[in-house]
Amino acid sequence: MTEFLQHIVNMLILGSTYALLGIGLTLIFGIMRVVNFAHGELYSFGAYFVYFAAILLGFNFFVSILIAIVAGCLLGALIEFVLLRPMRGADIDTTMLIMIGAMIVMQNGEQYIWGGVAKSVNTPFPQAPLVIGSVSVSWLSVFVFCASLALIAASYLLINKTKLGKAMRATFQDRDTASLMGVNIQMIYMATFALGSALAAAAGALLGPVYVISPQMGNLASLKAFAIVILGGLGSIGGATIGGFMLAFAEEMGAGYISSGYRDAMGFLIIIAVLLFKPTGLFARAERIG
Amino acid sequence: MTKTKSVTALAAAALLSASFAVPGVAQTIRIGVNEPLTGPFAASGTYVVNGAKIAADEVNAKGGVLGKKIELVIEDNKSNPTEAAAVAEKLITNDKVPVMMGAWGSSLTLAVMPKLLEYKVPMLVETSSSGKITTSGNPYIFRISPPSSVEAHAFKDIFPKLHIKKVDFLVINNDWGRGAAEDFGKMLKANGVQVGNVETMDQAAQDMSAQLSKMKSSDSDTIMVTTAVEQLTLVLKQAAALGIKKQIVTTGGSQNPDQLIDQAGAAANGTYHLTTFAPWFADDTPDPAATKYFLGEWKKRGFHFAGATESFRGYDGIRTIVRAIEKAGKAEPAAIKDGMWKVDFSGLNGKIKFEKQGPAGRESGQSFPNVYLIKIDGGKISLPKL
Repeated sequence: MTEFLQHIVNMLILGSTYALLGIGLTLIFGIMRVVNFAHGELYSFGAYFVYFAAILLGFNFFVSILIAIVAGCLLGALIEFVLLRPMRGADIDTTMLIMIGAMIVMQNGEQYIWGGVAKSVNTPFPQAPLVIGSVSVSWLSVFVFCASLALIAASYLLINKTKLGKAMRATFQDRDTASLMGVNIQMIYMATFALGSALAAAAGALLGPVYVISPQMGNLASLKAFAIVILGGLGSIGGATIGGFMLAFAEEMGAGYISSGYRDAMGFLIIIAVLLFKPTGLFARAERIG
Repeated sequence: MTKTKSVTALAAAALLSASFAVPGVAQTIRIGVNEPLTGPFAASGTYVVNGAKIAADEVNAKGGVLGKKIELVIEDNKSNPTEAAAVAEKLITNDKVPVMMGAWGSSLTLAVMPKLLEYKVPMLVETSSSGKITTSGNPYIFRISPPSSVEAHAFKDIFPKLHIKKVDFLVINNDWGRGAAEDFGKMLKANGVQVGNVETMDQAAQDMSAQLSKMKSSDSDTIMVTTAVEQLTLVLKQAAALGIKKQIVTTGGSQNPDQLIDQAGAAANGTYHLTTFAPWFADDTPDPAATKYFLGEWKKRGFHFAGATESFRGYDGIRTIVRAIEKAGKAEPAAIKDGMWKVDFSGLNGKIKFEKQGPAGRESGQSFPNVYLIKIDGGKISLPKL
């Protein structure tokens, strides 16, 4: 029982960051129809930016995370403006190839700037863990969990309760009609990509200090983000959130009770099952791929 | 159209002249170095290469070998076995190196080995510890790092003093980790210690909480961990976060204890590490003068002291190769291979002299270095007198 509770706590923390990664990707695909292969690179960008701000510039740890999120947002807007805007109307394969190119350039750029040896960030949190009964968890993880939930809630409110969110949802449902109703599509696209990028950078900024920061860290993050989006259904924030927790659950329980050698396989087995029985994802409202 | 053609022709010409320019006339003796400089093992591979450079500079300052300077041709295998094999092929066919050092990890080295048979070029293995490397019948392999079985054998005299009754293993999921779990497990079982869970972790994995949670609630008293320093840092931090109070013993010699103290902080306290070089106690090493020279150079170049436990292998590796070239009398693969068998000198971690291992007629060379157990306590390293 002790072990089970510990697995549940681990799963909740892992799941919250997976959800953050998934939401960014699902928004970008849902609204823009762009398969963003560079998502994982924005994740490692966020992590490196925290290292840069906190260790090299000496900013406060929490301020550094905020700076990294803002930087991720700006980089996202830049990518949208330079790479995606000229390609508006191009088919999905073309933009996908562009994003693969962006991923390769960004990853090699990180390697060039920071070198291949992993970096680590020290945090102001105490090393002694928080112990509740037989369950134990580090204070840093508790902070990551709370921050992730806050960001997920903020994204949900932004999409569902603001005017910008309404315009995004309108664009998601029908781009041409939204445009005819006076929605500035260019602005919506840039805002969407910036928001998705900021969420990926936030995930990296939060997880970088938990793990170590390396140029390849985005690869696994991209893979998991795609898995979460497929699980949850494209374009659904709620779906991506639940998908993130489901993937974490499968990995944690798979490694804990079946075999740690197949930890990453567990999540993907579920995805195969979802694709076989409900190909649009568990929570998608309708078939959305054109 | 014609413009495109002339550009293509120009590019082709440039490529051709570049490839002619590379080999040149052999003014130097080239030694191929095949190490992971990016990917999960980047820190370790970089340390080894920096150690190798110290050896090369030392040899060249003394006039080189056979009247020629040596030149290291360093390539990155990206911590990836496929790349490691490609790098070996490139070093042999394009750079025409007569001997190589590499490839850090066991899976990386195993991937290179068929290329050695194909091109008949010897390779000095400086770090890998899977038993398979020297027992599979590849006569071009000469290893100075201890295989897991030698580490396990050395641990036989140590473990009773750590009061180990039941042990769980957490190992990296490759030839190195699985080999260590097998060799240590066999030795411990034969000596009356129970073996509980054997858990693995992917080499790129960053979250090991699931495996560690399982071990937290098992009835073992000790966790034995085999992986490189980056992942080990995460294992120690996550074990501390989970409140695991068990004894932790690590194997494999790529722990870089000072880096652990630096990056894992208090989480490293109370942990034991099997290592093959003890730079903290230079006077207790087999060749104190050489150890001090090496550590002095390491410091002079501004490298972090933490890397010394890893980089000494690159240093000893190149020194071994140079001695083999000296014995060979010429820089040709077959002669260097024969020369390796005649090498006999004191390395930083014990005598380097190859003994035959593997099937008769196709034996690999294996040298048997010292193994030490060190302990981290209060952010300091001690050599516990057990």
